[in-house]
Amino acid sequence: MSETTPDSSPRQLAADARDRVRFEEEALALSDQVYAVARRLAGSREEAEDLVQETYARAFRAWRSFEPGTNLRAWLFRILTNLNIDRGRKIQRSPDTQPLEENDYFLYNRLEETTGDGNSGERQVVERLSQNDAVTALADLPHDFRDVVLLVDLADFTYSDAAQILDIPIGTVMSRLHRGRRILKRSLAETAVEES
Amino acid sequence: MSGFAFDPCEKCEQMMQPYLDRVLTEEERAEAEEHLDGCSYCRKRYRFEEDFRQFVRLAVSEPMSPELKAKLRDLRTPL
Repeated sequence: MSETTPDSSPRQLAADARDRVRFEEEALALSDQVYAVARRLAGSREEAEDLVQETYARAFRAWRSFEPGTNLRAWLFRILTNLNIDRGRKIQRSPDTQPLEENDYFLYNRLEETTGDGNSGERQVVERLSQNDAVTALADLPHDFRDVVLLVDLADFTYSDAAQILDIPIGTVMSRLHRGRRILKRSLAETAVEES
Repeated sequence: MSGFAFDPCEKCEQMMQPYLDRVLTEEERAEAEEHLDGCSYCRKRYRFEEDFRQFVRLAVSEPMSPELKAKLRDLRTPL
């Protein structure tokens, strides 16, 4: 069997072009999801747009290194998160080491307490949270935690995909996710209490 | 039954994140569901958590501009 190394026969060139077009179209179909995460990784819309453009420029240049049949979405997000790190986001405060003794029912309990009505439906409880507070709380998450929360909770990646994208062990994904979600809830609980 | 004291709601609370992430074993899942069937305290909090996740997802989502979409299409390799 002949290898599929690039050769310059017209037939090969045509096949190559077709693969490339298909790759680019499939990657572009994921751009809304890439942007959604990039927007929350970056501090502004402009930065997010630059990040997404760089991601696609790099992906299109490196298309041959994508192995067909593997997870294109994870491959793209790996480029995105690496670029985001390269972008110099290193200027961050050290990871949050405050103890987080609250458990997982904490936010609900706090919201219910602040309105004093134990019989309200869950939907009403969640409506007490503000959109802006959620954006701010997410932006304030230490980066390592935010990366994982964004990949799992916004982009719907599995723990194992997130581990591959970020090149960290799956146990680290789980602990950062756990901690990140709790920090997020704690800050939303604090703002909800201040506003009530 | 062992005489080991534990609070079933506390256990259910610990299972909430892995339950909603669908990473519990069959057995653990069944255990959580059995408790949820009979416990409105936990059920309320699980439902809230689902709503909360949905809320965060919607709250932080911002659509991409058509201009950026066009720019990305321009990055494609010319045929």
